[in-house]
Amino acid sequence: MSLPKQPKEAAASGAALDFRAVTVRFPPRQKGDKAFTAVREATLTVGAGEFVSVVGPTGCGKSTLLNVAAGLHRPAGGEIKIFGHVLQGLNRQAGYMFQADALLPWKTAFENVILGLQFRGMAEQEAADLGNYWLMKVGLGHAGDRYPHQLSGGMRKRVALAQTLIVDPKILLMDEPFSALDIQTRQLMENELLALWQADRKSVLFITHDLEEAISLSDRVVVLSAGPETRPIGDFQIGLPRPRDVAEVRLTPAFLELHERIWHAMREEVLKGYAQTLS
Amino acid sequence: MHKPFPKLWLWQLLLAALMFGLWWALTAGNILPPFFFGEPLKVVERVFAWFSSGAIWEHIGITLLETALAFAIGTLLGLGFGLWLALSPTASALADPYIKAANAMPRVVLAPIFAVWFGLGIWSKVALGVTLVFFIVFFNVFQGIREVSPVLIANARMLGASRRQLLSHIYLPSATAWVFSSLHTSVGMAFVGAVVGEYLGSSRGVGYLILQAEGAFDINTVFAGILVLTGFALLLDALVSFAEKRLLKWQPQHTERAGN
Repeated sequence: MSLPKQPKEAAASGAALDFRAVTVRFPPRQKGDKAFTAVREATLTVGAGEFVSVVGPTGCGKSTLLNVAAGLHRPAGGEIKIFGHVLQGLNRQAGYMFQADALLPWKTAFENVILGLQFRGMAEQEAADLGNYWLMKVGLGHAGDRYPHQLSGGMRKRVALAQTLIVDPKILLMDEPFSALDIQTRQLMENELLALWQADRKSVLFITHDLEEAISLSDRVVVLSAGPETRPIGDFQIGLPRPRDVAEVRLTPAFLELHERIWHAMREEVLKGYAQTLS
Repeated sequence: MHKPFPKLWLWQLLLAALMFGLWWALTAGNILPPFFFGEPLKVVERVFAWFSSGAIWEHIGITLLETALAFAIGTLLGLGFGLWLALSPTASALADPYIKAANAMPRVVLAPIFAVWFGLGIWSKVALGVTLVFFIVFFNVFQGIREVSPVLIANARMLGASRRQLLSHIYLPSATAWVFSSLHTSVGMAFVGAVVGEYLGSSRGVGYLILQAEGAFDINTVFAGILVLTGFALLLDALVSFAEKRLLKWQPQHTERAGN
């Protein structure tokens, strides 16, 4: 791997992700229109080893925040620090799991998994071993030579997960990665994600519109206001014990109480966001 | 998918026999003058004679060689230019009107110029075929590159891809897929270029045979030439389908292309 493993203390010189008054604008679509301000002065941190979910109404600029964290989109104002260093260009410490399918259709599951290793110039044999190891780890040891179109939605997500984790990023950015899956597959994948995360505690910024998913996975849930000019309006510690089973934890009184509190904070924004989609 | 009716191929064969029968009846009964419309039995006889004497192979060989060269050169050029212009907005903006003009021009009129430049040998035919193939491949690749999903690019960049790796792992395979999707059309066009080129002036090739026969008012040989050409066009098309299946095995089985 290109980045040597460091002890957690050395990496933790500052929060993993530190958004400071980040403002994101998109240029106007037509002449005469005003620039669209998706995010306004958002301040948000993800500590080293912390699992933070961001929830918010549809179309509130959640994905925009992730793109900023990834370095794919440059903010118009404010700055973002990665382990204490101001981010310039792409975020090399982060792995990004997209909402849409991002596997290369002309490569097999195995070839997709080792893509990041190839880009880093890892020796072929070493990459193959690591690739097979990760395929096994996500339960696809038997499906390495299949093409994405021959895999189910859940299997494709497993490949994408292995593809993202194999390069061992310190930060994991996830944009509603399981939203396209049916509920059973989704809970399986969530449990699997938690198990993988538990093993080496990466810092995770997880975007979702599903509050239950957010609570059952996270250490902290941040609520965003309805767009445009989105900003965080609530920050909730989730003290539920780990390891968790995402299906079972939903039935505990502590979960229900958290759900009610956060939902109370969200409700108004969700209604606002919904009203905007109608207008 | 259910079949319209059983033993379809048998009925298709019957239809062909019926058409030939009709042709034969009309010309034998002098309803259509055989001088202009040919006589199917003599046409078949001519085709048979060509193959049994082996005289036809030299001409078919030349025509297929021209087709293959036109296809290969046109595809490589189209792929190269398509990639270049799709990835360089300045170059594509600059070249845009000229490409449109060159594509709109009926390129068959270039055949005499090519004959002057490259002589009456195979290269003037190859050049004509290249101009036909190039634009099909070029536009497909250009469009294909422009439509590569931004998520694929973003994902590869996050995984650490350099610009060159983006080219070799994403743009090139994506462009190749588009080249293959236009394969049937471009191989057909290479064949058209070869035959039309021969027809306009040559000393060998199936187009040359047709030209010669026409000059001698030997309408049966003209029809025989057309029959042979059609047969080999079908053969090429089957070859392309075979290659497609082997090389695009990563693609979901798409529905059969319609017509052509």
